[in-house]
Amino acid sequence: MASRRVKPTGGYELWWWYFMRVSGLLLVFLALGHLFITHILNNVEVINYHFVSSRWANPQTGVIWRLWDLTMINLAVLHGFNGVREVLYEYIASNRARIMVSTIIWSSAVGLIAIGSYAILLFHSDKDYIRDFEDANRGGTAIHAPVLPPTTIARQP
Amino acid sequence: MAATDTQKRKLTVKVHRYDPERDQAPHWETYQVEAEGHDRVLDVIQNIKWYQDESLTLRRSCAHGVCGSDAMRINGVNALACKILIKNLRSDTLTVEPILGLPVIKDLVVDMKPFFDHYKSVMPYLVNDEPAPTTERLQSPEERARFDDTTKCILCACCTTSCPPFWGDRKYVGPAAIVNAHRFIFDSRDRAAAERLEILNDAEGVWRCRTVFNCTNACPRDIPVTQAIQEVKRAMLTGDVGVEEEEGAVALTA
Repeated sequence: MASRRVKPTGGYELWWWYFMRVSGLLLVFLALGHLFITHILNNVEVINYHFVSSRWANPQTGVIWRLWDLTMINLAVLHGFNGVREVLYEYIASNRARIMVSTIIWSSAVGLIAIGSYAILLFHSDKDYIRDFEDANRGGTAIHAPVLPPTTIARQP
Repeated sequence: MAATDTQKRKLTVKVHRYDPERDQAPHWETYQVEAEGHDRVLDVIQNIKWYQDESLTLRRSCAHGVCGSDAMRINGVNALACKILIKNLRSDTLTVEPILGLPVIKDLVVDMKPFFDHYKSVMPYLVNDEPAPTTERLQSPEERARFDDTTKCILCACCTTSCPPFWGDRKYVGPAAIVNAHRFIFDSRDRAAAERLEILNDAEGVWRCRTVFNCTNACPRDIPVTQAIQEVKRAMLTGDVGVEEEEGAVALTA
């Protein structure tokens, strides 16, 4: 007589609640891992266009970095915007206002996700820039401000 | 800083007063009361009413923590006035307010109707249309234990009126109603669990719960309210309203 079951209810609020739990757990690893890589393994001095674009351009690990960034931005935007929706629902009781708030929130989220995903998925690394940058900084240690390659200067209008 | 039962303490009691026939707005009034360590906050308030200001209005019935009439906000925390001993107060200043989130009728008396409307909305009664057996509807000790905590509710409203989401949104069904739904959802004799889950699966149902835990702290019956709410959420996800399989648990019935 241990198991007594009813039909799971499902529903909008239920799935968002479940999403918040799963995405929160994943973001602990994704976001903390991101912070660890960018601020402890590396530092702000070395993080620049070259750092990000060469990571994404890497033929072996590029897909993993892009997948990481894509998952992180999508989960973070959805988690954050749904959190704001939940907080606003506490102060906005009328259904009409709630629909309005949800519309604003979800269209902003979709907009941000579209821009972020577009950048991550369709980004083409400038191979010439990466090569010039590496030539200009050859032999230097990582922990100092990198020298920008001459092409950067040449491209300035 | 009295800690013994008979030591007298001179208390400064600040009471939140409001008489709609006389006052423009609620205000604080201060009284001096001498009380012993084994007196309760209720004794102090009754002392004011009987010897200083008979217009002070409050609800109380059994005065022994069973009826749940004298829920109020004592030093900022919801409690039954009849269950708080003076010797356990940290300071000699005592503030007493009506519970928050419900309309004040007079002084410490609030209108409980919205609270009971939420309570009624979750079908807080046994539903079973199957033909009654010749003997009793048999229930194992484990099945009874599954919802034992939530049978203890006395509907004092300490939990619901300590809940910040309820303060912000009075349409939220509130912890007390969910506790009483839990009491029947997990009852093996009941047949309306699915209906109750459907009722609570609403933006104004369990999903307004932010796990603030004020309800759990406020409950004078020590019901783990937040846990009960989370169990209802989980039942919505899994559909499992049976007895949790505990490791090493031994079935007492064949």
